[in-house]
Amino acid sequence: MTSEEVSLSLTPPRPAPWRDPKIRGIVYQVVFVVAVVGTVAFLIHNMLDNISRQNIATGFGFLHKEAAFGIGESLIAYSPADTYGRAFLVGLTNTLYVAALGIVLATVLGTVMGLARLSSNWLVAKLAQVYVETFRNIPLLLQLFFWWGLLNSTAPPPRQAWQILPDVFVCNRGVEFPVPVASPAYYWVALAFVVGLVLSIVLRRAAKQRQMATGQQFPTGWATLGLVVGLPVVAFLVAGAPLALDVPVLKGFNFSGGEAISPEFAALLLGLVIYTGTFIAEIVRAGILAVSWGQSEAAMALGLRSGLRMRLVVLPQALRVIIPPLTSQYLSLTKNSSLAVAIGFPDLVSIANTTMNQTGQAVEGILMIMAVYLFISLAISLAMNLYNRAVALVER
Amino acid sequence: MADIAQDIPVATQAPPRHSSGALGWLRANLFSSVFNSILTLLAVALIAAVVPPVIRWALIDAIWSAPNGAACHGGGACWAFIGEKLRFILFGRYPIDQDWRPIGVVVIFLLMILAACDRRLWGRRLALLWFFGLSAVWILMAGGILGLSSVETALWSGLPLTLILAVVGMVFGFPLGILLALGRRSKLPAVRVICVGYIELVRGVPLITVLFMASLLLPLFLPAGVTIDKVLRAQIAFILFAAAYLAEVIRGGLQALPKGQVEAADALGLSYIQRTRLIVLPQALALVIPPLVNTFIGMFKDTSLVVIVSLFDLLGAAEFALTDANWQGFAVEAYVFVAVIYWCFCFFMSRYSQLLEREFNRGRRR
Repeated sequence: MTSEEVSLSLTPPRPAPWRDPKIRGIVYQVVFVVAVVGTVAFLIHNMLDNISRQNIATGFGFLHKEAAFGIGESLIAYSPADTYGRAFLVGLTNTLYVAALGIVLATVLGTVMGLARLSSNWLVAKLAQVYVETFRNIPLLLQLFFWWGLLNSTAPPPRQAWQILPDVFVCNRGVEFPVPVASPAYYWVALAFVVGLVLSIVLRRAAKQRQMATGQQFPTGWATLGLVVGLPVVAFLVAGAPLALDVPVLKGFNFSGGEAISPEFAALLLGLVIYTGTFIAEIVRAGILAVSWGQSEAAMALGLRSGLRMRLVVLPQALRVIIPPLTSQYLSLTKNSSLAVAIGFPDLVSIANTTMNQTGQAVEGILMIMAVYLFISLAISLAMNLYNRAVALVER
Repeated sequence: MADIAQDIPVATQAPPRHSSGALGWLRANLFSSVFNSILTLLAVALIAAVVPPVIRWALIDAIWSAPNGAACHGGGACWAFIGEKLRFILFGRYPIDQDWRPIGVVVIFLLMILAACDRRLWGRRLALLWFFGLSAVWILMAGGILGLSSVETALWSGLPLTLILAVVGMVFGFPLGILLALGRRSKLPAVRVICVGYIELVRGVPLITVLFMASLLLPLFLPAGVTIDKVLRAQIAFILFAAAYLAEVIRGGLQALPKGQVEAADALGLSYIQRTRLIVLPQALALVIPPLVNTFIGMFKDTSLVVIVSLFDLLGAAEFALTDANWQGFAVEAYVFVAVIYWCFCFFMSRYSQLLEREFNRGRRR
């Protein structure tokens, strides 16, 4: 009897409905959702109203119509007679191409500069610092304009092209460089490279297992180098070593032969890589500094040389700090590649912009751009999160 | 034992010649190993290859005054072009006889930024100062009262426009960002989902699509008859864009706050609004001041993108100056000049943010 009384007095009295947190939460949410949905509905209502009044077509039917505009450079076959859909595809491949190339090059440049800032060599550290402080603090768009202006209007015409390396020319038509003449030998080289890569991975596994079991080390570094570099070289020599190059030669007012990078592409890639490289350099530097000095000292006490110390002790720990901000730099490089529209490189945004101007269907165009970038952002985040999980600290 | 040490006379010796003085410094910092020596030589070669031509171009061969572009094409830079276009690059299409007004606006902005750097002013006084500053900027730019002639926003350009877009975007984006960050951490699922959706959507697309949206779609979203001008459209885009990025920065501060603070506030019987205003936000915001400064630097650089929707900010005005038929082919000079202006702003702000970060960390480490 007494226990029942006690338990009764322990249950708090039910609050009045307007004070009940649950009911309040539901009311707040309903109000919020109604407000948001109402605003969006109002905007969409206005939009439909305006579209019908201005006689703008709706829907994605325009994708099947003839685009009727030329595209300067494309990785896939395209002519003005193709559809808008095809033109979008060209823009998408161009965006992906420049972003992928930019990510690789910016990572290399940023890592080198980040390490250089930590160098014990005073001059090298200062040079790297000057690079980072200069290019980080200037808007990317301005840098793109600068490189483009330099290549497009300041660079000489082909007849007076600057020769920066043997057979490599810079002129206002872009960068001209030689390429090897196509030959079946290169397929064999590529095949040998892939085989070497696979073999080296297998070898590394086996070597690690053996070291775990017996303690004996195997020079995996040299073996990998031999397999990945040596095997293709051997294949190249066996296949007859075709050294013929297709060299750019001045003919009339322009170069023929070789390959050329357009000023737009060169300027975009240069700007993206140099700008993003500064941020990656700072991330790499911060990541390495985040590994406490005691770790390096412990590694020294174990007798590891500086290379091994870096590879086995410092880098694995630094990577955990580096990967998340690096991911957001990759994302922003990809998004920044949309600035191509300002210097006339036909990326996704630039082609969508032309399409919107021609068809007047701005809503569909912007929806498509947003969908594509959201998809790319998600894909990069996913890939980097998987990699992050691979290098993350395995806690017991 | 002590005797032994005293018995052996030790003449005071100078440090080894190789480890002190300029030579020692060189040895330690530039030639400590073969690899380092090679690096040093490469770096010297790089400097020798780059610096002298740049100095020759920018200073020795440069032309400082010329009547027109044709007389200005020598081997070096044509700074006469900058002299000729200085006013246009800085203030763009703003009425020429009213030059003192954009100058005043830039000065007010500089004072506002300097005041924000003084930590003694942080708090209500700074907010009040900024409120008056922004009002003064608005009155000076737009005119129409106090005997100032009215200037339509389409003519706002150059450095004042750049500063307005960045500062106003930040000031108005900030409260919106706080709400979004709180919404993202809310216990109410509907609120959370909508806030997360907005933040991730805006952060997932390039700024340029947000600007396109503001310039192409915003007119469609408004009821018939209502129009807003180009500058305001770009400004709205910047506010919406800044809000999403600021929300993520502020969320970092909210997450870093120990849970005990919220629990203590609950134990005191504070309501959600009291708890957020008195306990949570003051601490969370103080934690994220350095990243907030970094976000502002990013916003400041990003304002240059309005060139693409054909506004005349600092970069846009420089671009337009390049189209003068009398002065052709001075793109590099114009870009270098504008780059120096942007660089000065960004460099000093980033230095300030680094300083803050160091001081904040020092306080926490103790």
